[in-house]
Amino acid sequence: MFKNGERRSGGRALVGRLVYALALLSVALSILSLVVILGDALADGLPYLTWRFITSFPSRFPSRAGILPALVGSVWLVAFTALFSFPLGVCAAVYLEEYAPKNRVTEFIQVNIANLAGVPSIVYGLLGLGLFVDTLSMGRSILAGALTMTLLILPVIIIASREALRSVPKLYREGAFALGATRWEVTRQIVLPEALPGILTGTIIALSRAIGEAAPMIAIAALVYVTFVPLSPLDRFTVLPIQIYNWVNLPRAEFRNLAAAGIIVLLVVLVAMNSVAIAIRYRHQRKAV
Amino acid sequence: MRETKPPVTLGLDDETTFGGQVKPSYGSTDIVEFSGFNLWYGDKHVLKDISLGIRSNIVTAIMGPSGCGKSSLLRSINRINDLIPSCRTSGVVNVKGENIYGPDVDVYELRKRVGMVFQKPNPFPKSIYDNVAYGPRVHGAPQEELDKIVEESLRGAALWGEVSDRLREDAFSLSGGQQQRLCIARALAVEPDIILMDEPCSALDPIATSKIEGLMRQLSERYTVVLVTHNLQQAARVSEMTAFMYLGEVKEFGSTKDVFENPQNELTENYITGKFG
Amino acid sequence: MKGGTGRADARRVENLIERALFASAALSVFTTLVILGVLVFEAIGFFSQVSIVEFLTGTQWTPLFTPQHFGVLPLVAGTFLVTVIGVGVAVPIGLGAAVFLSEYAPEKARRAIKPVLEILAGIPTVVYGYFALTFVTPILQRVFPGMIVFNALSAGLTMGIMIIPMVSSLSEDAMISVSKSLREGAYALGAQKHEVVTQIVVPSALSGIISSIILAISRAIGETMIVSIAAGSTPRLTLNPLESIQTMTGYITQISLGETPFGSLEYTTIFSVGLTLFVMVLIVNLVGNYLTRRFWRSY
Repeated sequence: MFKNGERRSGGRALVGRLVYALALLSVALSILSLVVILGDALADGLPYLTWRFITSFPSRFPSRAGILPALVGSVWLVAFTALFSFPLGVCAAVYLEEYAPKNRVTEFIQVNIANLAGVPSIVYGLLGLGLFVDTLSMGRSILAGALTMTLLILPVIIIASREALRSVPKLYREGAFALGATRWEVTRQIVLPEALPGILTGTIIALSRAIGEAAPMIAIAALVYVTFVPLSPLDRFTVLPIQIYNWVNLPRAEFRNLAAAGIIVLLVVLVAMNSVAIAIRYRHQRKAV
Repeated sequence: MRETKPPVTLGLDDETTFGGQVKPSYGSTDIVEFSGFNLWYGDKHVLKDISLGIRSNIVTAIMGPSGCGKSSLLRSINRINDLIPSCRTSGVVNVKGENIYGPDVDVYELRKRVGMVFQKPNPFPKSIYDNVAYGPRVHGAPQEELDKIVEESLRGAALWGEVSDRLREDAFSLSGGQQQRLCIARALAVEPDIILMDEPCSALDPIATSKIEGLMRQLSERYTVVLVTHNLQQAARVSEMTAFMYLGEVKEFGSTKDVFENPQNELTENYITGKFG
Repeated sequence: MKGGTGRADARRVENLIERALFASAALSVFTTLVILGVLVFEAIGFFSQVSIVEFLTGTQWTPLFTPQHFGVLPLVAGTFLVTVIGVGVAVPIGLGAAVFLSEYAPEKARRAIKPVLEILAGIPTVVYGYFALTFVTPILQRVFPGMIVFNALSAGLTMGIMIIPMVSSLSEDAMISVSKSLREGAYALGAQKHEVVTQIVVPSALSGIISSIILAISRAIGETMIVSIAAGSTPRLTLNPLESIQTMTGYITQISLGETPFGSLEYTTIFSVGLTLFVMVLIVNLVGNYLTRRFWRSY
């Protein structure tokens, strides 16, 4: 009676297989898209990825054009963004995790942070334009850009750092308090060292997102066509994604290939940053075992 | 010849009756029969060479200390163990004469014939009506019959009177005891032959518990009930046959009266008198 | 135990530190206020010259041409069109992938596939824009002969691919956390795997699934590069995906790259459009929060 099921089960089993097939298809499509996107850029750009490309300036002539100022600009921008965002983000996370009482003010701050994480990046660009470039008269400089980017990725860093702080066992803190340490001593000497790898990982990942962002920098009018390498934080600048964007939009087909080459450079930088982040996380996890 | 020992005292009061007389067998082959059945989770040998026959239309209790395998035994009857990837079995389990671990067995049909009630009530996030109707719907019952099925099942679970005027309400609006009876009704709705109950009262208060115990006795008139419990008094109150398990083996099996008053195995006696477990 | 001045100093330092830390956290509130401040302030400059009614109901957007029209609806329509296409792609595929990963995939496969999908989320949007223009558009042009290069469909489809990981990751988390006992209850009634998944697991995880979709929607609304590169720069009030359109974000990009004089009326349009964008995302998030809470149950 249990064998071979009744005919009804046949129809049901068919639906079951269909559901499985659709689910599998979705995963396959996603992975396929990834492969195609990366493969497409690689195929188009690899032939144009020469040493000359990396060390030259943009030009009206595709054969002479290069990505140097954009690369340098990106490096400057990320460096300064890291400089501002890391301490601010960690301090905010420490306050919220270790000090903040459960009241309306804290609640309000947390709601704000969650909201800010969802604001479109171009709106941050407008913020930077109005506040840093205009009101604070920093001009369209790397400094203004870095401050804008800082505000953009701050919510991400705060959220990731809070996770890292939360994962430090309560017992560690309690042990230190029981010995008479002050809250700051406990935080600085016990909690932060333990949470640091997680915080670093989260920060590096946030920064790697920042490097790929073009919209906010376009809004504060980072340059599109640069003929110099920025030498100070007050200089004007451009970044990799903007340079890529510029080339993609030019009518001549060779510039599209340059854009692809630029994409490869950008992806290499991203992979490098993410690898560092993952390596930190991996080493920390292994130590914990 | 084993000398007869004085009957063990359980601390039950004089009113306690053991779960009724064992009814005369209906020419009975046991409705569930384990033969040399083994179960492993990965490397853990959880059920060791089980041979046991469960008679139809009675309540059979399975008891034993934690980790003895009683839940695993129960879950082998409706093969819900299959959901655990590392689970392996050997041996035979016959339900109504057919080996349910044989090749070509339709597990879904099996689970229609063998219903299960869990330790913690687990109603679906749906209305009371839809909870009971879920099983029949899944097995293809036509819409017109559902109302009747739902009412009969709720009556069978002694819940109809309390919910007949609010069938469309969320199942979570019921109390714990009512939710458990809802789960029983849900199991009844697919018209099983056997109902497995895995410590169904352990999350309930005493009043709800006694209602469900009464229900178990009632149910055994139409169905076969297999009950896992760690509550000795409950096993004594409710069942006609009792099995005692220890570390994956069935150490003793017999009529409840015999097992409790005259245990043959020393382990059984120690368990009953509270020396361990 | 004597207190001594040592500990009193420590307490003063502690107080200062706490205040400094509080300031960093409060910075977030400051940021929100400044965003609103900048947008509203510049937008006021805009609305002193253009009526709000015309802005919100006008069907033409031509601030750079004469005659000037300042109706924002074409930009909103453009954003809407691309978002709908993108979400229409991402939700079925994302949910399907989530179902696969949480219910069908063996643990090893799940651990291998999950990071791959995360990579999809980490690719900069300008790369997606490139992909849309150089790969998706030519293919679509073969399917729809005569379709122009810049159109909403290419951008929408590519946008969809970009936000798949958002839907799949959060939905998967929601489904995995549906309790085992709920699933067992359904299996014990003889339900088959796909029935348990579609009739029990997904409805129970609905709250998490909804919030993943809301997140995807607000991301799509605010996205800039894909639409700037592939969707066009022609504000047009249309629902035809094969046409060239412009989104709110695309317009802001266009003006920022151009030669519009600082402080002019045309310049302030980016802030009024920016404000509209901000308010739209806010509304989507509020609706999302409401829906999430309404469907939330802990199982």
